[in-house]
Amino acid sequence: MALTKAEMAEHLFEKLGLNKRDAKDLVEAFFEEIKACLEVGEQVKLSGFGNFDLRTKNERPGRNPKTGEDIPIKARRVVTFRPGQKLKSRVENVKIGS
Amino acid sequence: MTKSELIDRLGEKAQHLQGKELELAIKELLEQMAQTLQRGERIEIRGFGSFSLHYRSPRTGRNPKTGETVELTGKHVPHFKAGKELRDRVDL
Repeated sequence: MALTKAEMAEHLFEKLGLNKRDAKDLVEAFFEEIKACLEVGEQVKLSGFGNFDLRTKNERPGRNPKTGEDIPIKARRVVTFRPGQKLKSRVENVKIGS
Repeated sequence: MTKSELIDRLGEKAQHLQGKELELAIKELLEQMAQTLQRGERIEIRGFGSFSLHYRSPRTGRNPKTGETVELTGKHVPHFKAGKELRDRVDL
């Protein structure tokens, strides 16, 4: 089962005793603040976890895979996540499906 | 924006939480996310994106200093895929 915002709020309630309303609001605000920062073109660095970087991509030729028609892929800005060394070493030996 | 700046900004947004308690809560959230990946599970945040693990096959590497070959075992690496809302907001 994947971790969701609801479980993150529940965790703050159980582990730190935050009331459920505050816990839910905080989880919401946490992701919103990161999005707002990236939206204005600022990198986000969460030490021990990783960095969210922005990359600007130039227009490049593309193709509609269904019709084979040539259409340019327009210039865009995208988010990339670069996991930190600590997170990478924590997950590298994970056994999936155990 | 660093983690401590994120905590400051959240504090300014009239949260009921402040100071040490807020800092602890944010650290706890990041730790829970790391632990989830460490268990081999996914993280799915609607509008933000999802984190999962991608497998890297074993390969023969080379020590760039000595030129010596080394056998590298397979491993998992964290992967993030931005959600639609984040993709749209970040795009120019």
